[in-house]
Amino acid sequence: MNTTLERILVPLGAVVVSLLLFALFVALAGYPPLDVFALLYKGGFGSSFSWNNSLQRAAPLILTGLAVAIPARAGLVIIGGEGAMVLGGLAAAIVGVWGPTHISLVAQIAMLFSGALIGAIWIGLCGWMRHARGINETISSLLMAYIGIALLNHFVEGPLKDPNSLNKPSTPPIPDANMLGLTPGFDVHMGLLIGVVVALIAWAVLRFTTLGFSLKIVGGNPRAAQLAGLRVGRWIIGACAAGGAAAGLSGAIEVAAVHGSANASLISGYGNAGILIAFMARHNPLAIIPVAVLIGGIGAAGGMLQRRLDMPDATVIVLQGMAFIAILASEAVMGSPWRRIAQRLWGIEPATAPIAPAPVTVVAKSSSLEVA
Amino acid sequence: MAGQKFDRRNFLKIAAASGALAAVSNSALAQGKPLVVGFIYVGARDDFGYNQAHAQAAAAMKKMPGIKVIEEEKVPETIAVQKTMEAMIEQDGASLIFATSYGYFDPHVLKVAVKYPKVFFAHCGGLWTEGKHPKNVGSFFGYIDECEYLSGMIAASVSKTKKAGFIAAKPIPQVLRNINSFTMGAQSVDPAFTTHVIFTGDWSLPVKEAEASNSLIDQGADVLTCHVDGPKVVVETAEKRGVFTTGYHASQLALAPKGYLTGAEWDWVAPYTTLIEAVKAGKQPPNFLRGGLKEGFVKMSPYGAAVPAKAKAAADAVKAKMVKGEFTIFKGPIKDNKGATVVAAGASQAQQDPVLEGMNYLVAGVVGSI
Amino acid sequence: MSAAAESLGWLGVPLAVFAGAIRVSTPFMLVSLGECITEKSGRINLGLEGILVMGAMAAYAASFKTGSPWFGLWAAAGVGAMFGLLHGLLCSLKRVNDIAIGIALMLFGTGLAFFLGKPYIQPKAPNLPSIPLGFWTDNPQLANALDVNPLFPAGVLLAFFLHWAFRNTSWGLKLRIVGDSADAALALGYKIIPVRIVATMCGGVLAGLGGAFLSLYYPGSWNEALSSGQGIIAVALVIFARWQPLRCVGAALLFGGAGALGPALQAAGVSGGYHLFNAAPYVLTLLILIVSCSPTRSLQGAPGELSLTRS
Repeated sequence: MNTTLERILVPLGAVVVSLLLFALFVALAGYPPLDVFALLYKGGFGSSFSWNNSLQRAAPLILTGLAVAIPARAGLVIIGGEGAMVLGGLAAAIVGVWGPTHISLVAQIAMLFSGALIGAIWIGLCGWMRHARGINETISSLLMAYIGIALLNHFVEGPLKDPNSLNKPSTPPIPDANMLGLTPGFDVHMGLLIGVVVALIAWAVLRFTTLGFSLKIVGGNPRAAQLAGLRVGRWIIGACAAGGAAAGLSGAIEVAAVHGSANASLISGYGNAGILIAFMARHNPLAIIPVAVLIGGIGAAGGMLQRRLDMPDATVIVLQGMAFIAILASEAVMGSPWRRIAQRLWGIEPATAPIAPAPVTVVAKSSSLEVA
Repeated sequence: MAGQKFDRRNFLKIAAASGALAAVSNSALAQGKPLVVGFIYVGARDDFGYNQAHAQAAAAMKKMPGIKVIEEEKVPETIAVQKTMEAMIEQDGASLIFATSYGYFDPHVLKVAVKYPKVFFAHCGGLWTEGKHPKNVGSFFGYIDECEYLSGMIAASVSKTKKAGFIAAKPIPQVLRNINSFTMGAQSVDPAFTTHVIFTGDWSLPVKEAEASNSLIDQGADVLTCHVDGPKVVVETAEKRGVFTTGYHASQLALAPKGYLTGAEWDWVAPYTTLIEAVKAGKQPPNFLRGGLKEGFVKMSPYGAAVPAKAKAAADAVKAKMVKGEFTIFKGPIKDNKGATVVAAGASQAQQDPVLEGMNYLVAGVVGSI
Repeated sequence: MSAAAESLGWLGVPLAVFAGAIRVSTPFMLVSLGECITEKSGRINLGLEGILVMGAMAAYAASFKTGSPWFGLWAAAGVGAMFGLLHGLLCSLKRVNDIAIGIALMLFGTGLAFFLGKPYIQPKAPNLPSIPLGFWTDNPQLANALDVNPLFPAGVLLAFFLHWAFRNTSWGLKLRIVGDSADAALALGYKIIPVRIVATMCGGVLAGLGGAFLSLYYPGSWNEALSSGQGIIAVALVIFARWQPLRCVGAALLFGGAGALGPALQAAGVSGGYHLFNAAPYVLTLLILIVSCSPTRSLQGAPGELSLTRS
């Protein structure tokens, strides 16, 4: 229970530290820090409108965060979620126009499913390349992201272009009746509900099932996993596919809830922001939700800083960068008795620290685990 | 459903508090509250190109009495722009919003406009259609192809290879219209003139723009021009390699004192003023606002040192006709570069013709395909 | 104005690829060589993209303020060293993950560069000069292709130097041991953290210089879209090059040349499917990886302490 408290308090303390540094930064840049803070609060979380604004900006980031976090549990660093996202959007747009369109619910499910499927295949391919050809998944997913974006551009400006889309080359619009509605109780589209549900499912599966344990073993030590009888390749491809499905789903939601067609506006950086979210949440699906809301809130507040104080848009990127660095660095004080922090701060880093936060207990449990 | 109800109540509360709801009518002005006008840009305000042209005009609006200008830059064409528009209305009481990127129109502006019927949304570049789009949405744009035609005339008069290079972002109607007008202007001076097009694929890709410039120069183009968000790279590369350029968005004369011929520039002060004055007076602003050289929505850069007096005189003569409204660029017969007739002999399409806003061909003499 | 050049037609395509390889490859080469040094020490710095953008901004601003592009290079190198130091220090903290810090620095560096760089988008700063290696030819296109920036040969020389130094100098050996096995380094009495911090700083300096090349030579101006991912691609190229400096040069040239293919084909009149041609560098890199890798060979040369590739 002490550790749970610590896991919440330390990152919060880090956010406070980064806010102080940010105050110094804005003061040096000639802006009034107190006004900046007041507006940050007001714009991000100060009213029900602000909350809806922040939650709306957070919604797509939950899924793209999961796209990075799930493979990370298997020790994989996937940075190409953007490609899976845009192709998921393209698939949803195609299915939404040329697939089943008569019954709204069927059409919506078909769109979301096709988006997730394409995403799963796209990132799953990176997993396959890693397993079958030994190609580092970080490079392959990055390259695949650029290729996916090129494919989207090619199709929406070429073979699939609706001539009526004029100066914004797009696929034909999906019927209005088949668009996704709002998350009940919020002025935020359905992506929020879907994102939260998927995050909760991912958290539960990773935490409470043998699936989650097996993934951690694969991520922690593939050789041990092989000894335990796990087919590492399948787990790697599966984890990539699951992450890709989340990214593809987020793209499908963008089309089915916002754009109504696939076009270059889908390339909006949500996939890249997901990397930030996942690492900030230490690849914990549950933590991804508040982190996404925090980033969404900073984004919403950024608009207010621009409108009220004429600050450039990059202001909030600086704040996000500072907050991110502080939260990551705060890991170092975790678990240390406060008086010995100074001594322990500069110790040798453990060479075997896994990318994913895999509690040590898991390894001990693995021997007793029956997994085929 | 619940969300919508919740939201409307919230809106009423805030609107009542700030007086924003009544701002379109005269009553708010009578109370001495300024008219809040929001400007939204897709890129950085100071990109030395498309967005800066808008931001400069917005800065001029700040000097108008009774106006409060609020701005947001780098707003992507996603749900983020919907939230930005709503925030300007809910949190700052904006009653007129300028959405300056084409991609904001459908679905974003259209959707938010339905939600806030008392606010007027002025969109740059869209094709507002009676009966199809809400009354509180308007689109404005400039016939910058007039300037491109004149730039083409100047280009052809100094070019030795009779070959221009055009670096464009995407083959969309607005871009195609510029390429075609430039080429037809050049061909009015020399019918054998050709324009070679490279599409870079996106609005701001400096390294690719530089590569495209070099490739076109290597292929013998001795005049470059472009339609990308920031022309700086193209103009500087051309100057380095000793070829001519015509500019876009704003004057880049200072970047290329030797090779800059002239250029096509926006001047958004005129349409902004028209729309703001209308809202301020409590009148319905125009839903479809267009203008060219005549209306002062666009202008030419000053001629560079390399332009001969004869070429200036010829271009100025055509410009004078344009200003009088006596010149038609798209006058038949016009063939596309695949040989098909796109404007029949005897037919002509005036600037206001909506057909031109859906252009999907490159005229004969343009090397490239879409 | 110079005499008009004659059209090259199809010959323009290989020339553009050749010229593009030289012009476009330099930032990839500098950043990947820097990252090669960092990764040899057992750390990975994904933040080089942010450092590159920051370096580009700092170089342009310094060149504009002082009137000397060489000061710009110094500024970029200094900024790169500072960011490298920051990464190095933060990653030396216990339990702090180097990949995550890299991503944070990418964001921070980019944001800071955009924030501070606003006043420098419009002015014209003095650019770096070039060496006219094409003085012997009358062909203006070829002569232009051979107009190279000093940073290009400097990068190639650095690659040869690193290739030699990794094997034949005491610090090269120290770097490799620290990167391959922390235990072995400790046993030999090496101080691991200082080595890694210095290695990350070297990587930062080179990434900053890569940015300076972009803003001060090609394309030669500062704006927020200047980098289209050169920094992050260069990190990938190091793995592609299997941590060998000379292969980094080859990978950078390949990537630069392939990137010039799209515009060159369009200039020669092939204009359909340009989005797909523009993806050529990525497709080509992936294909080469698929053909040349196998599960047993792929990690040859990988530093043992590298978190990215540890199996």
